[in-house]
Amino acid sequence: MSAAIDILSMILMSVGGVFCVIGAIGVLRMPGFYTRMHAASVIDTLGASLIIVGLLLQSGFTLASGKLLILWLLIFFCSPTASHSLANAAHRRGVIPWQSDQGAKSSSKN
Amino acid sequence: MHRFHSISVVASLFVFWLVLSGYFTPFLMSAGLASSVLVVWFAHRMSVIDREGHPLELRGGVLSYWPWLIVEIVKSAWTVSKIIMHPRLPISPTMLRVKMTQTSSVGQVMYANSITLTPGTISVAIEGDEILVHALTQAGADDLAGGEMDRRVSTCEVRA
Repeated sequence: MSAAIDILSMILMSVGGVFCVIGAIGVLRMPGFYTRMHAASVIDTLGASLIIVGLLLQSGFTLASGKLLILWLLIFFCSPTASHSLANAAHRRGVIPWQSDQGAKSSSKN
Repeated sequence: MHRFHSISVVASLFVFWLVLSGYFTPFLMSAGLASSVLVVWFAHRMSVIDREGHPLELRGGVLSYWPWLIVEIVKSAWTVSKIIMHPRLPISPTMLRVKMTQTSSVGQVMYANSITLTPGTISVAIEGDEILVHALTQAGADDLAGGEMDRRVSTCEVRA
């Protein structure tokens, strides 16, 4: 039974890691400021959640699990707040969203 | 009701303290309880505690909203991941305005944060009763404009 839980948690954590790498690739590939932020949000939602669920399976019913749940809640409340203030600051500062017909000029600027 | 709210804040703080400290000896537990009570008392005297910081009335609605939100997050994270790994990077970024039907600021924050939390859409600015949203694809923008998330957040707020 514990071997099955180990394997399941390993799978979850590996898949979470894969999504973190996909998010990082997205940050590099996307053009412009706002589109890069979309790629980064894959990391802190799906990537982080899968890794935390994998760790929860490892820790079982202990205090460490409680701390992991608090960490997960913290990520889910703070990361959208931080993303919003970043996007809002860019909007106020007049960062022009990248458009596909604009070509390479604006993507190098942002 | 006011007293019940304070007791609930004390209880939440004490549970938080217990989980983080891991001490279960009588002396330290009563010290933790005493400090929770003192913190809430000081916060009352400084008037920095209010219903928005500890929205007790949302507890019923949130329990039915979160599971739906998590499923939405997983679906859209998968969509965004597929776009990232697609060789031609098929994005069609758009800015759109969506209307909020929430009446309280807690409800509006919930809606704006849910939009940002879902990969593929970011709430950029709040203007009156509208949110300016940046969407990665036209399909994601149309999904949001359909207004299902807005309806669900409002139901969750009304049930209070």
